[in-house]
Amino acid sequence: MKVTLFATCLVDMFQSNVGKATVELLEHLGCEIDFPTAQVCCGQPSYNSGYVNESKEAMKTMINTFSHADYIVSPSGSCVTMFHEYEHIFKDDPIWGPKAKDLASKSYELTQFIVDVLKIEDVGARFKGKVTYHTSCHMTRLLGVKKAPMILLSNVKDLEFTELPGKEQCCGFGGTFSVKMAQISEQMVDEKVAHVEETGADYLIGADAGCLMNIGGRIERNLKPIKVLHIAEVLNSR
Amino acid sequence: MSMKISTSDFKERVDKGIHDSFMRGAVVGAQERMGTRRLDATNELGNWEEWRKHGEEIRKHVLEHLDYYLKELSDNVSKRGGHVFFAQTAEQANEYIRGVIKEKNAKKVVKAKSMVTEEIHLNQCLEEAGCEVIETDLGEYILQVDDHDPPSHIVVPALHKNKEQIRDVFTEKLNYQKTEKPEELAWHARDMLRQEYLTADVGITGCNFAVAETGSISLVTNEGNADLVTSLPKTQITVMGMERLVPTFEEMEVLVSLLTRSAVGQKLTSYITVLTGPSEELDVDGPEDFHLVIVDNGRSSILGGEFQSILQCIRCAACINVCPVYRHVGGHSYGSIYSGPIGAVLSPLLGGYDDYKELPYASTLCGACTEVCPVKIPLHELLHKHRQTIVEKEGKAPISEKLAMKAFGLGAASPSLYNLGSKFAPTAMLPFTSGDKISKGVGPLKAWTEIREFPAPNKERFRDWFKNRDKGGDQS
Ligand code: SF4
Repeated sequence: MKVTLFATCLVDMFQSNVGKATVELLEHLGCEIDFPTAQVCCGQPSYNSGYVNESKEAMKTMINTFSHADYIVSPSGSCVTMFHEYEHIFKDDPIWGPKAKDLASKSYELTQFIVDVLKIEDVGARFKGKVTYHTSCHMTRLLGVKKAPMILLSNVKDLEFTELPGKEQCCGFGGTFSVKMAQISEQMVDEKVAHVEETGADYLIGADAGCLMNIGGRIERNLKPIKVLHIAEVLNSR
Repeated sequence: MSMKISTSDFKERVDKGIHDSFMRGAVVGAQERMGTRRLDATNELGNWEEWRKHGEEIRKHVLEHLDYYLKELSDNVSKRGGHVFFAQTAEQANEYIRGVIKEKNAKKVVKAKSMVTEEIHLNQCLEEAGCEVIETDLGEYILQVDDHDPPSHIVVPALHKNKEQIRDVFTEKLNYQKTEKPEELAWHARDMLRQEYLTADVGITGCNFAVAETGSISLVTNEGNADLVTSLPKTQITVMGMERLVPTFEEMEVLVSLLTRSAVGQKLTSYITVLTGPSEELDVDGPEDFHLVIVDNGRSSILGGEFQSILQCIRCAACINVCPVYRHVGGHSYGSIYSGPIGAVLSPLLGGYDDYKELPYASTLCGACTEVCPVKIPLHELLHKHRQTIVEKEGKAPISEKLAMKAFGLGAASPSLYNLGSKFAPTAMLPFTSGDKISKGVGPLKAWTEIREFPAPNKERFRDWFKNRDKGGDQS
């Protein structure tokens, strides 16, 4: 099966290891990876800040870049949510509306794709360690992917899972919110880190690059002994 | 407009909120308690999503036919001998109510909890006219006794105070001599309030839902105070937002269920009071004179526009009780009597962007509010719509941000610009980088790195790795 990878700009620039793990994992599961190099950012930062018109060009670039794909897969829940959002943004546009709809219909978050499309629940991973998982807001509430990451993690050998208290509470990232409302964001991320600490886990796992950068950055600043990993990295451990 | 509760700016208010550890403890505790209770009460129904859908349909239908139902309501209230007044503005509403009070030569008013009277600052207006106003809802009473501390939550107005603080207020202002036990505090308030009901000339209430078909109004409370407010004084004035009505009792039943389960996690509250006009010949109690004041105060300009769905709101506060921002900053930070997600959407609409332009940004757009709203208002989408309006129509966004977003838009839209920018990012960031992280950023990164580390850009971008690998390079 041919999979077109939407790596996201954060992964491309800051977390290339997540991109590598995603490629290797999907290949391990029998997919052939296609990476269109014209891909840029999905436009989320400016769109969410209210700059809808300024964001549209980036969106159109993305729609064109991925128009040939059968399946678009991305290791970031909120960016896939954004792809789905295009459909609403262009809904009154006779040219881009249908194209956006097509893009949305074939875009999947990584774990969603593995469980719902590939119909695989055990990727044959082995990961030794005590982990907890943060459910990112856009991925769970807006995209509606709740179970897939849990199913996949539950089948990882040697992995000891512990539930994160208040797991559905936002980590305080929110794109530009994290800098625009830094004061509030700090309180939110602190509560999140405190919850992670409470679990006694050695690893915090997530499926959204933005949230992980936020929580991870705070953990690092406060020198907490917790490692932050993307779910692709865990599922790619053997 | 008058829903404003503070003159300090947003940042100052937030700062104060964040440093108020009593308030924060109280809010976190309340969110946890109410969250669990709401979940239990909604799960119990088994088909909550269908209920929500039904609730949404009812509210949408009413808004689509608001003029029809308002006329029906008003005709039916008049038929039963009540007086109806449509107030376009807060001032008109206050003026009318003051007129009734003067005509009755009233000296004392007892009030049941009402957000719309807070919105129009009715108490202040009546007090200025020389009338004594007594709040009878326990939470509102506490705030009133505490030198008119504004409400911080639309259902639990004194949520920001713990029992020790309430004891101190009572001790200082009411000569209270007992402990901080809630029962003792409530008993004391009850004793004080009983006298007031008996000597009040006028009772003022809000309205949860008015029923157009019968001209009735309903009040949902747990304390029963609304019953006394509406049965003892000779004159009753009910103030309602113009959108708070339903066609018949059938729809009211659905909405009351949604409201009590969402607001307090109860199947029903202790009292659901329904009143229809002034008392009639065979009634043993009830007011001789009944006035219904229907308040517009900016609502009709929301109707028909892209924010219309906010008028579906039934003021249950479920969105507030799950909001992670409210959790940390508390209600007063919003600067409006409407706080949390509902407040962040409604306050700029009713009170204007000048006072409330920050509120739509005080959200991560996490969608927790939208998920719980019993009448399916897409709150996070409306917050986003506000941002778009502020940027595109109001032109109120800072210039630096506009430029940055324009540049971002250009860079993100062009594969070659993006490629160039991301390729040179490690070099450009080098002066700020130590090891694999940036601890002291500049520009927009500064606010980030004041709190957290920022990762240094990868020397080899993912795309380069992928390309090299294709060429048979690094396979790891
Ligand atoms: S917006 Fe929805 S959840 Fe919030 S108070 Fe109104 S009805 Fe309740």
